[in-house]
Amino acid sequence: MSPAIQNQSSSFAMAIALLRRDLLLVYRRRSDSVTVLVFFSIVVSLFPLGVGADPTMLRLIGGGVVWVAALLSAMLSLPRLFSSDFADGTLEQLVLSPQPLALTVGIKCLAHWLATGIPLALMAPLLGLQFGLDSDALWVLSLGVLMGTPILSLIGAVGTALTLGLRGGNLLVALLVLPLNIPVLILGAGAVDAAQSGLGAGAHLSLLGALLIMTLIGAPFAAASALRISLD
Amino acid sequence: MPKGTDLLQLNKLACVKGERLLFSGLSCEIPSGSLVRVTGANGAGKTSLLRMIAGLSEPAAGEIVWKSQNTRLSRSEFLQDILYLGHASAIKDELLPAENLMANCTIQGEAFSAPEVHAVLEELGMGERLDVESLSLSAGQRRRIALARVWLTHRPLWLLDEPFNALDVKSVEQLCLQISYHVGEGGICLYTTHQPVDIVSNRQLTIPLDAFCQPAKAQSDPSVLNGLIL
Repeated sequence: MSPAIQNQSSSFAMAIALLRRDLLLVYRRRSDSVTVLVFFSIVVSLFPLGVGADPTMLRLIGGGVVWVAALLSAMLSLPRLFSSDFADGTLEQLVLSPQPLALTVGIKCLAHWLATGIPLALMAPLLGLQFGLDSDALWVLSLGVLMGTPILSLIGAVGTALTLGLRGGNLLVALLVLPLNIPVLILGAGAVDAAQSGLGAGAHLSLLGALLIMTLIGAPFAAASALRISLD
Repeated sequence: MPKGTDLLQLNKLACVKGERLLFSGLSCEIPSGSLVRVTGANGAGKTSLLRMIAGLSEPAAGEIVWKSQNTRLSRSEFLQDILYLGHASAIKDELLPAENLMANCTIQGEAFSAPEVHAVLEELGMGERLDVESLSLSAGQRRRIALARVWLTHRPLWLLDEPFNALDVKSVEQLCLQISYHVGEGGICLYTTHQPVDIVSNRQLTIPLDAFCQPAKAQSDPSVLNGLIL
């Protein structure tokens, strides 16, 4: 085996091991993931109580409400991405790993998405039912959340990496990251609206996909540099 | 196993923390088989020096050369040669001791089988605690799990920051033996400690950081401080 191939395969093995470790941690701390989902359903359920039970209005705001709640729930889970690794010294070891730090960041984001993004995407249509969304809109909602949450994890990774070790870092992450997530919200909620009005959600979802690809390419490198700065 | 021809060179290293110069003009050559104790008062920059050598932080001036290559430029090769253990043990509360150790090794690109890992943990007196989550372990036991990598690794350059902290007498002896075995085989070990420990080695060096803390001289040397005020 040539050294290059050997490097690639060991890098792959490291990535798999890291993913397994992160998912094992998620499993052992599953109450954290459940908390996020409970928060998600509570926030969504507050809206009908606050704005009244008019079915037409609920159908109109349903997509947007579920999306905003999904955004906030994803924010809630962001501190777990790096802060415990930072506190117990694992992050130093990750930075000293021979595999590229951007790949490490990508793996951690993948684990974060598997633990929060997918449950949110599975739960979103159930909560959408509360607002009387039709089945097309529910599919689009779920697909949109499925495509949007990895973007939230990746952008969130940059934000949390930048604020590691700062006092009040969690609040700062929200201030940094929420504005950057506005395009995801507009496209995701817009897709549900478009599906409801019969226009088809294709355009919105395509743009969301494009955004996902762009973030996937850029964010791990940005977060890796931010981590290096935070550890210095 | 490490060969006997490696050389670590520190060239005029300087370290600045915040706006304070910790040390400057630190140069030395550390050949294979050296046991190097970094000494200095609290806050002298012992941890900073080890982190700098590992590449976790940038030197304010100077360069670190390993096997005649600047470690900045050959970073991925360098990382495959070092074992850095910091103050924090990198132990996850939710994982079992063996899971922690295996994860920490694999992250560093060193894969070991479960029997190997268990054997080392048992040798370190963790045999009875192998099936409990690390949450319930004492500080010394966590430290032992982190240090177990020292028994597994094949890497030549060890950077151990306060490795003896929280360890009991027997573990300290075991670690001293392992370190002297490592340097005897041609490895290099840089360590810091405030405890009096007795490690057997033919080539013992000391880096007294207090001697490199020369505020007045550094201030007059703009190439070192580059405008930063003491």
